[in-house]
Amino acid sequence: MDLFEHQGKELFARYGLPVPTGEVAFSPDDAVAAASRLGLPVVVKAQVHTGGRGKAGGVKLAADLDAVRSHAAGILGLDISGHIVHRLWIEQASDIAEEYYASFTLDRSARKHLGMLSAEGGVDIETVAARDPDAIARIHIDPVDGLSQPACRQWVQAARITGSAADAVADVLVTLYGAYVDADADLVEVNPLIVTSGGDVVLLDSKVTLDANSAFRHDDYAQYDATQTRDEREQAAHAKRLQYVGLDGSVGVIANGAGLAMSTVDVVNQVGGSPANFLDIGGGANAEVMAGALEVINNDPAVRAILINIFGGITRGEEIANGIIEATRRVDIDSPIVIRLDGTNAAEGRELLEPHLGGALMMEPTMLDAARRAVELAGAAGGQVQP
Amino acid sequence: MSIFVDENTRVVYQGLTGSQGRYYGLLNRDYGTQVVAGTNPRKAGTDVDGVPIFATVADAAAATGATVSCVFIPAPGVPGAVLEAAEAGMELVVVITEGVPAHDEAFLFNKLQRDHPDVRLLGPNCPGIISPGKCNIGITAGHIAEAGGPVGIVSRSGTLTYQALYELKQQQIGVTTCMGIGGDPVPGTTFVDCLAAFEADPETRAVMMIGEIGGSAEEEAADFIAEHMTKPVVAYVAGVTAPPGKKMGHAGAIVSGGKGTAAAKMEALTSAGARVGQNPTEAGELMVEIVASL
Repeated sequence: MDLFEHQGKELFARYGLPVPTGEVAFSPDDAVAAASRLGLPVVVKAQVHTGGRGKAGGVKLAADLDAVRSHAAGILGLDISGHIVHRLWIEQASDIAEEYYASFTLDRSARKHLGMLSAEGGVDIETVAARDPDAIARIHIDPVDGLSQPACRQWVQAARITGSAADAVADVLVTLYGAYVDADADLVEVNPLIVTSGGDVVLLDSKVTLDANSAFRHDDYAQYDATQTRDEREQAAHAKRLQYVGLDGSVGVIANGAGLAMSTVDVVNQVGGSPANFLDIGGGANAEVMAGALEVINNDPAVRAILINIFGGITRGEEIANGIIEATRRVDIDSPIVIRLDGTNAAEGRELLEPHLGGALMMEPTMLDAARRAVELAGAAGGQVQP
Repeated sequence: MSIFVDENTRVVYQGLTGSQGRYYGLLNRDYGTQVVAGTNPRKAGTDVDGVPIFATVADAAAATGATVSCVFIPAPGVPGAVLEAAEAGMELVVVITEGVPAHDEAFLFNKLQRDHPDVRLLGPNCPGIISPGKCNIGITAGHIAEAGGPVGIVSRSGTLTYQALYELKQQQIGVTTCMGIGGDPVPGTTFVDCLAAFEADPETRAVMMIGEIGGSAEEEAADFIAEHMTKPVVAYVAGVTAPPGKKMGHAGAIVSGGKGTAAAKMEALTSAGARVGQNPTEAGELMVEIVASL
C-alpha cells in the first residue's frame, strides 16, 4: 500500500520527525489559499504514487501567489508515468545546505531489516549505486534488537556524513527506524534528508509503502487504502476482496490459488495470447466468489475470452462445477468461457458441466489446451494475438 | 523414509476449536495423522470430536507427547502462538495462517534462531507438509498424493503443489514428503533447508521445486543445488509475465526494483544443473523422464 508524499510526512510527524509544514490542495484556488496561510516562498508538489516527479515538471518553487496559481494549474492533470495528478502538496520552501539519502526496508534474503544511507542525496539512488557503490552505507538490523544509538552513529560515519549535524542525523534515523517498525512499513525512503543552513535536519521527501497485512493493528490504514491508485477493474475487484491485478490483454483469467493464477497468466502468454488480468479466487471456488470474479472480468471491455483454470484439492470437482454453473446463471457473460477443471473428483465435476457446454461455455482437458482455446477465441473475437 | 514428519509424529493443533482448525484437523486425523491434542485457554478440558483440548501447548505436550504443532490461529495471534509452541519444546511448528505481517515474520525468524535454534518453523501462509501414507499436517488433500518415493516436493505455492502431486500420482510416481514453504516474504523454512533434507534422505532420489517471483530464495536454492545436490532437481517458477511492483496474490510474490524476476530465477536454476519446465505440465513430464531413468 503506497502513501502519497504528504501522507508519509504526516505519518513521520506523528513520530516527532521534522518535516516541513504544508497543506494538501486539490485546485489552484486551494493552492493559493494554502500558500497564503503557510507564507512564501512555497514548493508546489504533485502527489502521485510514482517517482520522477521533478523531472516530469511535477515539483515547482513559487515565490509569489501568481506563481503558486500557475504552477498548481500546470501540475494538476499532468501525466507522470501514467499517473494523473489530482492532488498537490503545498509546503514551506526549505533552505538546503546538505542533501542525504536514507531508507529502511526488509532484506528478504538476510531476513533482517536493511538501512541504506548516503551523503549523496537528492538524486536517484540507483544512479549513485551505479556510479559509486561505496557512497551507500548499508546496515543490517536484527528485528529483535532494533537500531541502537551507537550502531546508528557508526552507520552515519560510514556514509561519510560528517560535521556538526552528524549526531542530529543519527538521532533522526533512530526515530525513523522506530517509525518504520511501528507503522509496519515495507519501505520508508527519504530522499533528500536535508540539513538546512541553520543546521536543522529535515525530512524533505517521503516514500512510504505499508504492509496491508498489518491493517488489523493500524486504524489509519483505511484512509490510505481509500487513496490507492487502482483502475476501475482493480477497484471493483478490491471491493469484492478478490486478489486481482489488471493487465492489458484480451484473455480474462480466473484461477484458484496465487501460484496457479500466475502460472495461468504465463501459459496464456506462452501460447501466443495476452492475459487481461491475474485473478486468484482462493481454494474454495464457490458460486458466490466465482460469480464476483466473472462480473469483474466481464466488465473489462478488453476481454474477448475467459479462461477458468481450477484445480480441486479438498474442494471437490462437483462443488466447483456447481459453483461455475451457478455463477454463469447469475452473471450475464459477454465472452466465451473455456474451463479447465482438474484434481479431486474432476471427472464427476466435468460430468455436471457437460450438459451446459456448447455455445459460449466450453471445456478442455488440460491447462495448455484450455489456454490455446481461449487465446484462439480472443483472437477470433478481434483481440490482439501476438505471433 | 520421509523428512520432518512420519507415522510416529504426534501433532497438537493450536486453534483446533476454530472452524478452519476443526475442519482440517479432523481431515488430517482421518488421513491417519496422529492428531493428539488441541489448545484453547478458554476451552481446556473439553474436546473436539474426541481430541482433548488443553490450555497451553506445554500442557498438551506433557499429556500427549506431541512434538509437532500446527497453527490455525488468526494472523494477530501467530507470533505468540509460535513462541508458545517453541517454548513448549515443539520440534516443528507448521503455520497455515495467511496474512501475517512481514515485520512479525522477520521478528519471529530471528527470535527463533536466537532462543530456539532447534525449532523448525514451516510457513506462515503455507499448505503444510505431507509424507504420503504416513502423516498429513495442514490443508493438502491427502488422497491426491501417491505414497512411497522416489520424489520429494518443495513449493512456495499451494495449488501448484497439489497439481504436481496429482500429475505424479497419474503416473503412479510416489512422493516421500511434500512441503509447502509458503508465499510470504520471510518463510521459516526455505528451499535450501528442504533441499538439504531431501539430499540426506535415502528414499528421496529426485526433487521437484516450485518457485515463484519475488525475493531470492530460488537463486539461493540454485547455489545449493550447484554445490551440494547429487540428486536430480526439476524446477518450475511461476510469474514469468508478472508486471513489476505488483503483489501477485502472495505477499512475497513481487518483482521490485528489477529483482526477483522469474527469468533470473530460471536462469540461475538452469545454470545450477536443474531441469526447468516452462509450465507445470512440462515440469511434470521432466520428472517422469527422470524417475524412469533412476
